[in-house]
Amino acid sequence: MSGHSTYEPKTGFERWLDARLPIVRIAYDSAIDFPTPKNLNYWWTFGGILAVCLMTQIVTGVILAMHYVPNGDMAFNSVEHIMRDVNYGWMIRYIHANGASMFFLAVYIHIARGLYFGSYKAPREVLWLLGCVIYLLMMATGFMGYVLPWGQMSFAGAVVITNLFSAFDQVIPGLGTAITTWLWGGFAVGNATLNRFFALHYLLPFMIAGVVGLHIWALHVTGNNNPTGVPVKSKADTVPFHPYYTVKDGFAIVVFFILFAWFVFFAPEALGHTDNQIPANPLVTPAHIVPEWYFLPFYAMLRAVPQKLFGVLTMFGAIGLLFAVPWLDRSPVRSMRYRPTARWFFVLLVLATLGLGWCGGMEPDDVVIRTGQTANGDPTGFTVTWLARILTTYYYAYFLLVLPLLSRNEKPSKVPDSISTPVLSGGGAALPAGAAAEPQKKG
Amino acid sequence: MSDSIGLEQANAQPALGGGHGAAPGEEPSRRDFIHIAAIAATVGGAGALAWPLIDQMNPSADTLALASIEYDVSKVAEGQQAVVKWRGKPVFVRHRTPKEIAAARRDDHADLRDPATDASRVKPGHEATLVLVGVCTHLGCVPNFGGGEYGGWLCPCHGSVYDTSGRIRQGPAPKNLEVPEYAFTGPTKVRIG
Repeated sequence: MSGHSTYEPKTGFERWLDARLPIVRIAYDSAIDFPTPKNLNYWWTFGGILAVCLMTQIVTGVILAMHYVPNGDMAFNSVEHIMRDVNYGWMIRYIHANGASMFFLAVYIHIARGLYFGSYKAPREVLWLLGCVIYLLMMATGFMGYVLPWGQMSFAGAVVITNLFSAFDQVIPGLGTAITTWLWGGFAVGNATLNRFFALHYLLPFMIAGVVGLHIWALHVTGNNNPTGVPVKSKADTVPFHPYYTVKDGFAIVVFFILFAWFVFFAPEALGHTDNQIPANPLVTPAHIVPEWYFLPFYAMLRAVPQKLFGVLTMFGAIGLLFAVPWLDRSPVRSMRYRPTARWFFVLLVLATLGLGWCGGMEPDDVVIRTGQTANGDPTGFTVTWLARILTTYYYAYFLLVLPLLSRNEKPSKVPDSISTPVLSGGGAALPAGAAAEPQKKG
Repeated sequence: MSDSIGLEQANAQPALGGGHGAAPGEEPSRRDFIHIAAIAATVGGAGALAWPLIDQMNPSADTLALASIEYDVSKVAEGQQAVVKWRGKPVFVRHRTPKEIAAARRDDHADLRDPATDASRVKPGHEATLVLVGVCTHLGCVPNFGGGEYGGWLCPCHGSVYDTSGRIRQGPAPKNLEVPEYAFTGPTKVRIG
């Protein structure tokens, strides 16, 4: 989409169409001949994997909507109808339900890739912000989709998440109540809530697709970042997207979908909760409610703060920080390959986030390190809540302290002059002359 | 070592290595094989994936399980017709008068568009009971009894006329009204479907 187009229409029809709607030219320039850094590793395949995840969710979702009934009295049974009666309904629903988990798995890797290799830095700030918007839309979509089966966990999830907004009662009395009543369309989560969640759950994926279009547009203006973080200096640093990255992305997609298929066919309920096999009952909440695994780190942050409003703000702030990253990290070096200190803080961030996820799945009073016991034998000591507090503090410190301070104090290691330099001089056997020259176009 | 680099280069830059596609008269290359195998796997996989996504729109198991109904024909008085729903469609259960039966038999060998004898459209010993799918064979409307010149049904949509045996006599419809699969399970009980 940027730079000089190399598309040459070959047939009369292509020439005719190109003069009227250059759609083939755009496709050619952005997916065939797009100059791509030649050193992208497998962490870079998750963009393509995510595109396929989105398409999978939309196709299976549209199909499920043909059989699902968004009504408080019929929703649960219509899901059972899909599972038992609709031809291949069980498979399509399991693809959709596990597809959400696969989508989040891929997006977390994609985000971590961006954080490690500095893909958020100039000139890619807008690309990064669009990605953050996509992630927010994904969370809203995932949450509302989880409500639709109208089981006990669906219902409890809807109650808890919508009640987050009741914290605003602590800012202006009555404000939170007004917001939750508006969200519910009643005085509690009910049929009206289910209906609007269904409408929005159907709408949001298409909004995601729209923002993904902008995300890819922004990507094609700046071009890909790469593992060295060094900008493309010449044509010798790039290869055409096809066949080099269509094949590499394609291979990664196949491997990723083997994992996906394993969940769908061999462990379809592994990431779900048994309580959701019980129809929603507004009079009883399950004994131990947890969100889907991909929300657990934020759930742990919410529980780590003993004050209601600040707990909610801590949780949303953790996502808000992502939007600010391009302006928190001022280091001129993009890739943490060449940031010997920052990379270890990054590893700790990943561990802290995984740790928060673990905390989110445990009971707050569970003891992590036992130091004693109560009179009736229950262990006492360092609890999950305290671990979550420490990890939450580190999560915030990484963005608000570590990144800004390291930007000034860290001494980066030597950054290569170009993408090709480390290959030619640094390591590996010397290649014959011409190996680093402009690669052959597909004939 | 130099050999392996040479091979890698040939793979990465096929046009230089000369292995890209076979010219006429040449042996097919390994690359041709890979292309054909990859395309075949993709087409096969896409087909296998597409079928469940298409088949899900076919009738579901619970729809198929509701495919037969029972009806007591003694509830229909002579000269009357009951309309019952079967597989979502109207079924006419008509108790014919002797005059109607005679009229139907008289026309058995008339110039019929879709030839059928009246006897072939009823159950032996139950000639008074006529069971028909009430769907016009033209474009699916429900014909009304009592219209047309043949004492049977007239379709309000495009004027197809059926006689007292439900056979097409006038208008655009190509076929007689369908007799569904049914059987008498008792003197007055029928199971349709």
